[in-house]
Formats: sequence, C-alpha cells, structure tokens
Amino acid sequence: MRAYTPKDDVQKKPYYTDRYWVAPQVAKHDVSEDAVFAADLEAVKAKFDVLDAYIQVDQMVVMIKAEDNFGVIELLKNERDYTQLSEMSAIDWLASEEKFEVFYQMLSMSKRKRLRIKCKINEKESIQSVEKLFRSADWSEREMYDMFGIVINNHPYMRRILMPDDWEGFPLRKTYPLQGDEFAQWYEVDKIFGKEARDIIGPEIRDSARVDRYDTERFARLGHEVPFGADISNGEPDTPLVYQETEGVFMIEKFDAEKSVVISDRDR
Amino acid sequence: MQQSNRLRPFFENITFDRDDNELILNFGPQHPSAHGQLRLMLHLQQEQITKAHPDIGYLHRGMEKMAENMIYNEFMPTTDRMDYIASSSNNYGFALAVERLIGLEVPRRAKVIRMMLLETNRLMSHLFWLATTALDIGAMTVFLFAFREREYLMDLIEDYCGARLTHAAVRIGGVPLDLPDNFIADLKKFLDKLPENIKDYEDLLDTNRIWKMRMENVGVISKEMALSWGCSGIMLRASGVEWDIRKEEPYELYDEVEFNVPVSDKGDNYARYKLYMAEMRESAKILYQVLDMYEGTGPELMAHAPQYISAPKIDIMTQNYSLMQHFVLVTQGMRPPVGEVYAATESPKGELGFYINSQGGAYPYRLKLRAPSFWHTGILTDLLPGHYIPDVVSIIGTTNIVFGEVDR
Repeated sequence: MRAYTPKDDVQKKPYYTDRYWVAPQVAKHDVSEDAVFAADLEAVKAKFDVLDAYIQVDQMVVMIKAEDNFGVIELLKNERDYTQLSEMSAIDWLASEEKFEVFYQMLSMSKRKRLRIKCKINEKESIQSVEKLFRSADWSEREMYDMFGIVINNHPYMRRILMPDDWEGFPLRKTYPLQGDEFAQWYEVDKIFGKEARDIIGPEIRDSARVDRYDTERFARLGHEVPFGADISNGEPDTPLVYQETEGVFMIEKFDAEKSVVISDRDR
Repeated sequence: MQQSNRLRPFFENITFDRDDNELILNFGPQHPSAHGQLRLMLHLQQEQITKAHPDIGYLHRGMEKMAENMIYNEFMPTTDRMDYIASSSNNYGFALAVERLIGLEVPRRAKVIRMMLLETNRLMSHLFWLATTALDIGAMTVFLFAFREREYLMDLIEDYCGARLTHAAVRIGGVPLDLPDNFIADLKKFLDKLPENIKDYEDLLDTNRIWKMRMENVGVISKEMALSWGCSGIMLRASGVEWDIRKEEPYELYDEVEFNVPVSDKGDNYARYKLYMAEMRESAKILYQVLDMYEGTGPELMAHAPQYISAPKIDIMTQNYSLMQHFVLVTQGMRPPVGEVYAATESPKGELGFYINSQGGAYPYRLKLRAPSFWHTGILTDLLPGHYIPDVVSIIGTTNIVFGEVDR
C-alpha cells in the first residue's frame, strides 16, 4: 500500500522521527523583565487588545488582532519611536489551524530594540496596508501577496512582484510543491510556443536533479558521442576524445611543467 | 494589438499611439549597468523621468521555499547565492540566526576567523562596488585597479576555503577550518598596501570633474525617505542616520575592536562613494586588530553541542557514540528547539536579516531572508522621478544592489 501523504502540507518530511521525541522550546521571557519593552507594551495595551506578549531571543513578540495592525504600527512609529519596518511577511498555518500569521519586524534605533508584531488572519481574509506609514511595506506586501495570496487593502499597486503577472498559485504556501505544480510545468511552453505545441515539446522537467541515462537530446556524453535523439538503450559506441592541441594550434602552447614558474609571493 | 506570447518581434519599448510625448523606456533586464537582472520601466518626458517601476524577479530561485525543504546545514551553500559578491557574510548571517535559536556559544578562534572572513568580504564587496560603479560612469582605470586588489583578496579566501566566489566558509557552530600557514602574513601584506591603493582610487576620482558631475547632488535620499524605505548600511548612513549594527548591536568580537562609523548627511551619490572609501579604511583597521587576536586563542573551531553539532573528526573516528551522533546529524539533520528568531547582521550591503521559525523539526518551518538590496531597489520608485537617464546608471551604481539578493 502506498504511504499516506497529507495533501495540505506537501513540504519535505524527515524520513524518521523518534516516537518519543519531545522538541525543546526556546525560552519565552516575561515582558516585565525588560523595562523598555514593558513601557512599549503598556502603550499598546492602553489602546488595543493584546492577545499575547513575551520576549524571545531578546526581541519582544506581540500578538494583536488583525484589524488593529495599522493602528498598532502607527502608534509604535509615532509615539514609541520605532522608526523602521525592517521586514514583514507571513507564515502559512493553513494545515494546522486554517490561518495565516502575518508578522511585522520593527526596529527602534534610539532604543536599540527590535520587536515583532504578529496577527492571524483567515485564508480568504485581507489585511490593511501599512504602506502609508512605511514605504518599505509597499514591496513587502506585494511580495507577501505574491507568495501567499494574502490580499492587502488600500495598497497602491497590488500586483505580483517576483513571479510573473500571469502566474497561478502561491509558491510559499505549504500546499505548493517544491518543484512547482502542473501549471508551472507548462507555463513556458504555453507562453512561448502556444498550447498546441504541448505534444511536440512536452512538459518542462522541473526536477533539477533528474538525469536520464538514455536521454541523447539534453546531455552531452564525452567520449561516447551519438547523433541527436539516437536510441542508445543497447549501448553506445566509444568515440575517443581528440584534442586539437595534439596537432598543434596557432598561438597555443601545451603546458610544460618543466618550463612553468610558480610565483610563490604574489607581490601584494 | 501586438501578440506578446509568441516568438515574434515585439516592440515593447515604444507605445505608438500616444500624443502626450511620453515615452516608455525599458531599462533592462539585459543592461550592462543594471547590475544583474533589473528591469526598470521608465516613463520619460524628453530625457527626464516622470515615473519609474522597477521590475524584479528575473533571478528568483525561491530560496525561502528551498529552505523549507532542506536541513539546516544543507541550506548553508544556498545562502552563498544571495549576495554572491560577499558570500561569507550571508553564510555568517544564517549561522548566527541558527546559533541564536539554539543558544550556542562559538569558540573564540572561530569568532576571530569569522571576523577576518566578514571584513575581507566587506573589502571585496566594496572594491567590487567601486570597480563596477566607476566602470558604469566610464572610469575604466579604476575598474582595473580595484579588480586587481580584489583578486588578491579572492586568492586569500581561496587559500582559506578553496572557493573564490561561493565560499560556504562558515558553519553553524563555528568554522570548518583553521587558517592556512601564510594567511595572516599575506593578509598583513595586503593591508599594508591597501591605504596606498585607496589613495590611488581617490586621486583618480575625488576631484575628477566628470565623476563629480555625475555624483554630486544626484540621487539625494532624505533621512525620512531612507528610514521609511527600510534602507540600511551605507544607504542609510549617507543620509545622516548613524546606525551600524556592528556598533549598535555588536555580534562576534565587534565590541572588542576599535573602529569608526563614517556618516554623511548629504544623501547623494557622492556621499555614498565617500562612505564606501571610508569604510574600506575602517575594515582594514578592524582586520589589523583581529589579526593580533588570533594568537592566544584555543584550538577549538566548532562549538561543543553534541545534540546539534558533530563532534571533532578525531572523536568521530575513535568513539562510537560520536560516530552515531554524527551519522544522525548528517542524515537527518539537527533539530533546533521550537521558537523563532530574527538575527540581523551588517553585511556589506546593509542589514542582512534571517528570520527562522522552527517547529522543532529538521527543516525550518519558515525562513525569511531579509536582504538589504530588496528595499534599495524599491526606493528607485521614489528616487528616480525627476532625474535624467544618465543619472539612472549612477544611482543604480551607488545603491549597490545585487540581484541574487533582491530576488533570492
């Protein structure tokens, strides 16, 4: 019987996991241990709901409601001096809880602190753009849309950024296979030559590690050259390599270890 | 209507039926001064740009997706392909993130070697930047000079790890190799000569009339704009923000070495150029200090954490249990604890960050690469309008974007 593979997460899985393995946790510290973060958290708590907050690896993580994202980031920028949005993206939790987690990584240069704002949204839900506050979110949000299909409200230019505009599927979702789906297989053939050429050309081989021993169309075989497309399932002839230098080529000398000089000190 | 999806001539540079004199010019993706695969859609009024749309993704390899399907050590050589001008700094950024996640302490000798690698990489990157930018502006001599110096550094790195471009010279938990015999002497020789070399470049460029005309007051980025666009590194410091992660959030041994952070408040191309030159001098200063630190460090190169890091070779070959652990670590990979981390380092281009979300498995659940060049490309949207076509070349030059990093 074929082994069961879950359809909602097609990423690579380890071939063996100890049944009694309990993964250790990275320590989460209470926010009150750090005075600066505690003050920031108080300011956020005064106006918005905070679902969870802790400090992990020296950075504060604050879980908020998705509809508050603009407000919280505005508050942190204008009142708490978090001057840069260094990074933002999403994590796909669709398989386990049917939600995306969006995170905003912020930096305060005056306080030398970094914190992460997080919120969860449903698959079809959209989220407010923070591009008005940080221009850097313009491209980050486009990338997030491109990779996860999370639509951003009030974004000035909501289009794909890394993938082609007419791409189907969202590559960083866990349901998207590493080598691409069927659409990806036919994308270039369809686009360049048209659908009618599918039979002639065939699907794109997207497994970069695939080597077909008998393929005489894509691989050169030095010392065993055969005509393009020849059938070599019954073996191939030996065609010894002949280098043109053996006859002597104009301006080119053969390497002679006796005459060559090794420069040990490269006159720096 | 032109059919865009067939192999036949397609005049995408020209819109025929417009009467407002607006020309749409595609700058790239195959343009020698676009530093890789950048396509800029420029709306022009005469020679002046009214609108700019940077179009990226031509080098997109899906590294974040690849990371989700690889064990942590497997991903290390992939990071080389981000900023391939200074690949050790990417290796280091990733190693640091995983080390912070696990909570590893790296042996001092490994730290010293990492510092050497990071700073030689910074020098290599800055030299490469100078060479290519000068070439774009038309200064062929500087290109040849700077590449000559860069070549020495590449030879040095080759002596260390065997590779010239994609080093993979850092491991999670330390470094794989000790320094080769002549490394320190060779590096010292190079550093002794570097000030002269930098002076040569500056003599050629600093007061050069063409260079100044192309650089001064071109591509001015205000402080607010730089902060808002998430600029980092020299792009930020040239706009008057004194922020260097090496200084503000020191990692490795940066808190033990003396160096200055050059800042300028001009924000134009020329200011960035001056900062690159100043930073090269600072890197040399750091390297001198680090070279002296090497003496007096213990022989360990990798952290001792048998659960995550393979034991030294001698233990693996002599002790059964070390061999078993090594086997598991190589075939299944390390399993960092459940949690997430964002580690930022100052790469030659700016803030290079690795966000890792680990669910306790052998593969990262999510890995986000924060590459500085991504936003340094994005800022072109706001920066280019108002400039003229020749300025595009010098502005792209001084933003120092590398497309392996923009597209990942």
